[in-house]
Amino acid sequence: MASPFPRRAELIELTRHRTLSFLRQPEAVFWVFAFPVVLAAVLGFAFQAREPAPSLVGVVGQPGAWTERLEADPLIELTRFETLAEAERRLAGGHIDALVRSVEPAELRLDPARPEAELARLRVLVVVGDVPSEALTVEPVTENGARYIDFLFPGLLGMSLMGTGLWAIGFAVADMRQRKVLKRLLVTPMRRSSFLASFLTSRLMFLAAELALITGFGVWILDVPLRASLLAFATVCTVGAVAFSAVGLLVASRTRTIEGVSGLLNLVMVPMWLGSGVFFSYERFPEAIHPLLRALPLTALNDALRAGMIDGAGLAQVLPELAVLGVWTVVPFAVALRVFRWA
Amino acid sequence: MSQASASLAVRATGLVKRFGSLTAVDGLDLQLARGTCLALLGPNGAGKTTTIEMLEGLTRPDAGEIEILGRAWATDAQGIRERIGVQLQETRLQEKVTVFETLRLFRSFYERGRDPEDVLEVVELTDKRDARVETLSGGQHQRLSLACALVSDPEVLFLDEPTTGLDPQARRRVWEIVNAFKSAGGTVLLTTHYMEEAERLADDVVIVDAGRIIAEGSPTAVIGSLHAESIVELHPRDGTDGLLTDVALRSLAGVREVRREGAAFTLVVTDTQASVGALLTHLEQVGVELESLQTHSPTLEDVFVALTGKHLRDG
Repeated sequence: MASPFPRRAELIELTRHRTLSFLRQPEAVFWVFAFPVVLAAVLGFAFQAREPAPSLVGVVGQPGAWTERLEADPLIELTRFETLAEAERRLAGGHIDALVRSVEPAELRLDPARPEAELARLRVLVVVGDVPSEALTVEPVTENGARYIDFLFPGLLGMSLMGTGLWAIGFAVADMRQRKVLKRLLVTPMRRSSFLASFLTSRLMFLAAELALITGFGVWILDVPLRASLLAFATVCTVGAVAFSAVGLLVASRTRTIEGVSGLLNLVMVPMWLGSGVFFSYERFPEAIHPLLRALPLTALNDALRAGMIDGAGLAQVLPELAVLGVWTVVPFAVALRVFRWA
Repeated sequence: MSQASASLAVRATGLVKRFGSLTAVDGLDLQLARGTCLALLGPNGAGKTTTIEMLEGLTRPDAGEIEILGRAWATDAQGIRERIGVQLQETRLQEKVTVFETLRLFRSFYERGRDPEDVLEVVELTDKRDARVETLSGGQHQRLSLACALVSDPEVLFLDEPTTGLDPQARRRVWEIVNAFKSAGGTVLLTTHYMEEAERLADDVVIVDAGRIIAEGSPTAVIGSLHAESIVELHPRDGTDGLLTDVALRSLAGVREVRREGAAFTLVVTDTQASVGALLTHLEQVGVELESLQTHSPTLEDVFVALTGKHLRDG
């Protein structure tokens, strides 16, 4: 009697096969484990909080009393130019943010489209206009959770879970189909459910290692907050990983070649890199398309990860996101099972 | 299952398979007794692979019936899969895993089967046990693929062109493995376009062309159906072939059939001595000089050429 449930031996062997095939490809291991960490590290250090950069201001003409005051301001770095032509050339090239012509009346030249120029204008006016800078105290925000890296990190984690799920399954299935290994398995009594389940089990094994490494790096090295309970956080990650496994299976369910599947996977992933709030909030897109963006699996995962990591949201508060991911698990898996091409 | 079909390992009647407007298999009947070896012999595109894949349950026939070990695919597919071993054409096994890991995976699919270590010994890959599949030579990969088919201890082995692309030495090692399986009472159905392979392995051959059987029986009987003592091939010297005609050659003593290919002629002869004598006399009379003259005993290839006018292997 054929058992409808995965038999233990073949599921273990298939999972071992999957896992070994993956671990023995250094390039795949790099993209899954090292790449997200490298990306988080580079972006984290690039956008880390630091002392505000001074405005670069040029001066031409006779130095007046206020030029000394400008010079004394630590937030202004003053450069003196001999000729107006040279100063204008530096301004046009973006080497200085603003140019002060010390004539009567004094003149401030800048490009108002550049944010640095606007900042320079304000700083110059504070000094020149005798506005006491002590009148307005500035409170620097260094609280974790408000930095760019705190926003970015959950997005990178979501992107990594998506990439690994899609590639690990999509690529492996297409490769096995192209090698006619799927066809070879079809003439054995192997349960098809074991085969499909082995992708899930091996994916979940990687997930544990992947989460520990990437999250550990974020929390300990980049000091990113993780305010939700570990259980809630791991649950969100698992639900997301499973959803992307299902999408990966669907993408690869009929593709005959690895070239074909690569194109399809990029077609699926690139819109979500941009639209699902990985590097910048999807709120920047027109409001009319927000519902559409929120229906994407990566948006749901990123929103749930951010809510958990930054705001400490529990599972109950991210139920809508989990529901979206649930739909992205059930529907692609059901469709993939129906249309899957073995030979 | 009936008594008659139980003694047969494979029984197929009236198999038909169409792909669009092309009829790949056109009413094929096969019977294979347990413990014997049958070779499907034919050129590329004859329908051999389509036929064997229908028997393996990979392709559903458009018409006809298949019984494997008395079981039908529709009612007992798992029962059949547990009892057959299959080597497909062009399977490239996963590269990053080792020989033993591959074999253990295939073993795990079957309820009963052989110890993978023993099977490695049978296919002479024990020294490659822990080598990754990507490092194997063509012959070693093919033996591993054979091992994957043998690890379930099958009753019937299906081999689709088991030695295509292998060098003669690697080919002979595959033949030894298949012969050992046969000696232990196994049943084998294989496809090939190498007549030597069919002659070496098969108790019976079925010659197929364009999806139909054009000859069948033991290799000896099939070759005997030519009623030829030998085959004579003659190559006239450049430019003199125009002096020879099919009609004149066929009228020579002991010549049954004449076929012309370019400047060369192939004669199917029933009396080698008489026909070669008559041929030499005729060549002298019409003034043809010989580039070469060869005679050989008829082979399955000659049967195929005589029946279809084509060669088993192109070129």
